[in-house]
Parts: sequence; structure tokens; C-alpha cells
Amino acid sequence: MKKSIQLSVLIFLAMISIRANAQDDMMNLLNQEAKPVIDYTSATFKATRVVVGHSCEIPGTGDLLFIFSHHFGAINTGYDNLFGLKQAQVRLGLEYGATKWLGFGVGLNTLQNTWDGFLNFKVLRQSKGARRMPFTLTILGSTSIYTTKWADPTRKNYFTSRMSYATQVILARKFGQRFSLQIMPTYVHVNLVPTPEDHNNIFSVGAGARFKISQRVAINAEYYYLIPKQIRSTPATSALSVGVDIETGGHVFQIFLTNAMGENTESLITQTTGKWQNGDIFLGFNISRIFTVVKPKEFRKKK
Amino acid sequence: MKKLIILVFCLAFVSFAANAQKFITKTGHIKFYSEGSLEKIEAHNHQVNAGLDAASGDFVFKVLMKSFEFEKALMQEHFNENYVESDKFPNALFTGKVTNIKDVNIAKNGVYDAMVEGKLTLHGVTQNAKTKGSFEVKSDKITGSAKFSILLSDYNIKIPGAVANNISKSVEITVEVNLEKLK
Repeated sequence: MKKSIQLSVLIFLAMISIRANAQDDMMNLLNQEAKPVIDYTSATFKATRVVVGHSCEIPGTGDLLFIFSHHFGAINTGYDNLFGLKQAQVRLGLEYGATKWLGFGVGLNTLQNTWDGFLNFKVLRQSKGARRMPFTLTILGSTSIYTTKWADPTRKNYFTSRMSYATQVILARKFGQRFSLQIMPTYVHVNLVPTPEDHNNIFSVGAGARFKISQRVAINAEYYYLIPKQIRSTPATSALSVGVDIETGGHVFQIFLTNAMGENTESLITQTTGKWQNGDIFLGFNISRIFTVVKPKEFRKKK
Repeated sequence: MKKLIILVFCLAFVSFAANAQKFITKTGHIKFYSEGSLEKIEAHNHQVNAGLDAASGDFVFKVLMKSFEFEKALMQEHFNENYVESDKFPNALFTGKVTNIKDVNIAKNGVYDAMVEGKLTLHGVTQNAKTKGSFEVKSDKITGSAKFSILLSDYNIKIPGAVANNISKSVEITVEVNLEKLK
């Protein structure tokens, strides 16, 4: 009998201790019941450009992005040219995020009056939680058409000669909060090249990185290694760009140094001739502004 | 010995009864709204986990921060990356009690006032929180609603100087959870 009283006291005490932790119990119950969610990584890169070239990002769904890109002239042109401030290559661009995985855009470049258009598909999104995916994979397809007058109007010229295409596979990963890296093998096809020695199919391998130094400032760098001996008639070289991202609300401001004069992917890969060691580099900036065109459902009902 | 058996039986019954009074949801709704001089910020989360023990009054919430949806995708990114730092602090938690649970008769349909008191953890900071809300009981379902405000500074959520004058320093939180009896 004594034993049984002891036992019942014990059980009673156990029950009390369970009662005391009831809130934790409820929390555990919630954790058991909660369905696992996919935790997608956001802001691998802050802008749709690492510096000059594309990042793995596309605009948010329903967002229209206006990008104004500006590269000054070469710094090594000296004071007479105000270190390049007297010249400019400009690109005006619009980009739109149609879905979480599809974006597209158009741009007008002052370099050879080039129009460019592109589609980007975010095939994989880095995530953890219910689905683990170590990378974000974006595939970019773009076309550029230069529209300056024909160099030799006397011969037969074809419209297709103005065109070149780029295909880029962008494999990106955000490592922790501060550091992101992407690798982008790129293939460019140029329909008409200046000499028979020049290849029509140009291959390049790029790498881009972002390092966040504060909540709103990051340092970005990007390098496109141009596989040698593909372009013979011009001193085409690899493009190296280093810049700072500053974000202020709906704007991202990118200021950078680059040896690339062109702003569209095709020019960036095939028409970069400046050499960093010669000071043949350009100061440049991108300013982007986001306009929300289509709001999420919840916000659409009103008004 | 007989007594012991009765006691154990009673306790088992009590704990069973307690279990039968647990109500949960995985699709609760939390809205937050703040209106500054320039920026009106509104976000909705429809994946709120909440649990109520109608016997003891224990009331808990678990809210995945990344599930908040904003009007602008960029706002959402800023919210997660710069303000609440969702990768570091993925969830907001509330553990508390309905202090007047005795007054809520879950066997009878009706609307009851609810005094809720407890600890709210947000952005890694835990603060005491207290609010008055209501429970609407309707055949095995309880809809809990409440509205309260929190100060961002209480939770160490920093507003950058450049936009400090545009963004409101307090946020109004509206909670609505349709709790269903746990089977």
C-alpha cells in the first residue's frame, strides 16, 4: 500500500511537471504538425547584373526594371579627354519578371547602335528546408543587332549579318549571408566576322562574385575569360570588372571600373579590347529603378 | 492498490481530455501594416502555425518570416534580408496563455473576449506581450482574432537613417487564426 502511494505521488509529480511545460508541449505539437516548407535563398545578387554581365537574378514577378548603364571613355586618354569623362557608351534597358522563373528584357546600346533582347530562365532555385538545392541555375539566351550603316554599302549586305547571339549558363550559389559566387560558361555566335581567321563561335568562361560589406553595400567582381585565338582581327581580351553595389530602396546603384566598352553580353565577350595593365579602363555605373506592374493577388483585389 | 488503479485511470483520462481540447491551425493569417510618411507597408502571411490548449489556455504561434508576402517583391527581399534577417532568425514565436480561458466555453457557440499574455520572440529578441482579442466558437472550431502594435526598436530591428523619416517605427499586427480541433 505504501509503495502504491509513493508511486501515485510520483505520477502526480510527473503530471505537474508536464503541466508546467505545457507551452513547450504545444510548441512541439506545432512543430510536429507544421508542414515543411521550401526555404528559397533570396538576393544571391542584388541586381540583375553582377557588374556588366548578367547575374543569376531576374526581376521579381510583376516587376519592371529600368536600367541605365553608362561607361565613360578610357581613363588612360589623359587630361585632354578628362580621363574619359568626355565620352560615353550608354545602354538603356528594360527588364521584366514574368514569373518566378522567366524574365525577359530589351536594350538599346549606343555602341554601334545595337539593339539587344534576351530571355532568362531560372531553371533551379537554391533552397533548403523541404527541398534542398545547392545552386541557382539560370539560362540566358540573347540576341544583338547592330544598326549602324554598312561598312561597305556597295557589296551585298544581309540583315542577318548584323546579328549575334549569346547563350549563357549561370550557376550560382549564395554561401552564407555575405558571399555569393557564380560561374557562367558562355557561347557567342557572331554571324559575320571581319576576317576568315576570326571564329564565328566564341567561347568564354566567366566568374562573378559578390561580397556584402554592410546591409546595403556590396563589392562585386566579374571576369570573363576569353579562350584565346578565337578572335584574330582585333586585340579582343578577357573582360574584368570590379564595382560597388549600393542599394537605396527601389534603386540599386552600381559604380565600377571595367575594361569592357560594350554593355550587352555579345559585345562584352567579343568586343572588349581594353587592357587593365595599360590603364585602358572605363569608369561606369548602372542605375536601376523598379516599378511594380503586377501586384501579388492579395493586393490586387482592393481599389 | 485499487486506489492507485483509479488514480492512474483518472490521470490518464484527464490527460486524454486535455488532448481532446487542443486546437491547431497551419494556415493562420497574420497581416502587418505600417504607414510612414512615404512608405505604406503591408504584408500577409497565410501559413501561420498556431495552437491553443482550451483546457489550460496555453496559446502558441510559430510564424515563418519568409512566408510574408508584400506588394512589391523588392520590399519582401528587403524585409527578409535587411530588416528581420530571416536567414538568421527564420521564425517569430509566441508562447503565452489566454489568462481568462475559464470564461471561454468551447462547448457553446459564441464570441468571447480573450486576454492573451506571453512572450513574443522576433528577430532573436524576446519581449513580453499582452493584448486583448476575441475567440469565436463555432462547433469545434475556434477563430481567434487580435490586433496589436509593436515597436520595431523593441526587437532591435533597425531602420537605416536614410529612410528613417519615411518608415513608421511601429507596426500594426492583425492576427486571425481558424483553429480546428486536433484529432
